[in-house]
Amino acid sequence: MGLNTIKQPGSPEMYVGEGFGLTQMEKVIGLARANSIWPLPFATSCCGIEFMATMAATYDLGRFGAERLSFSPRQADLLMVMGTIAKKMGPVLKQVYTQMAEPKWVIAVGACASSGGIFDTYSVLQGIDKVIPVDVYVPGCPPPPEAILDGILKIQELIKHEPIRRRQSEEYNQLLQSYNID
Amino acid sequence: MEASVFEGIKLDYFAILIQFIVAAGFVSATFFLSHIVGPKRKGEQKLQSFECGLDSIGSARLPFSVKYFLAAILFVLFDIEIIFFYPWAINFRELGIGGLIKMIIFIAPFLLGYFYVIKKGALQWD
Repeated sequence: MGLNTIKQPGSPEMYVGEGFGLTQMEKVIGLARANSIWPLPFATSCCGIEFMATMAATYDLGRFGAERLSFSPRQADLLMVMGTIAKKMGPVLKQVYTQMAEPKWVIAVGACASSGGIFDTYSVLQGIDKVIPVDVYVPGCPPPPEAILDGILKIQELIKHEPIRRRQSEEYNQLLQSYNID
Repeated sequence: MEASVFEGIKLDYFAILIQFIVAAGFVSATFFLSHIVGPKRKGEQKLQSFECGLDSIGSARLPFSVKYFLAAILFVLFDIEIIFFYPWAINFRELGIGGLIKMIIFIAPFLLGYFYVIKKGALQWD
């Protein structure tokens, strides 16, 4: 018996004995959440095509527990914004984010979603973080499936290490209030 | 001797009962706890019906003409009747005249209903 680190990547530190292991609730919940993400694809342009490749056989996002895409925000954990978001689309995106169930994460895939990309014009939102909080940015125009997978892995790391009370915290409330999300 | 054998079997099944109780208990407990303990936000926007991010217009409870329902339900009725024709058609020769009479008894109420529907004008669209 003793404090062992199990040699599987991604598993939390455990107090391991004969046929049992003890760890913290926070770590177990983080592990469960990180490996059962239900993404909501919000694909508006070419990054969405790369996302299709990411979901398909060669790259297979299902390997990371994100097999089940959700097209209703009610059952989604991860909002994947892929593509140029016009300013008219901004409120729609914000509404979709607002209607997602807690806890929720956002990944901005591609230059357009992250910063407006090459479309430095009157009509394009200069990054979706103008309307909703973003957790991970994936660069590229469009990013290859490997980059999107890397973004998902980064999201998984965030989820694993999120404090269990974060969503009830004052800090989180202030973050949402700064975006006028109730 | 026999009684002890039966007792053994009962004990074996008891373990299965425990497994069922634990399985049902685990599922209901996790559902219940995740509702109680899990993070939640309930804003006005959050609780609106989901219309792909747009504002919903009007109510989903709109009255519409009963004609659609009549056409659909009559289709289903006579469609299923036709399904019952198939086994009869395949065994037509074997069943002979007796089968024919039985089918007529089966069809007659339907035919009566069919004439009633036509006379009532249920299938007239305008």
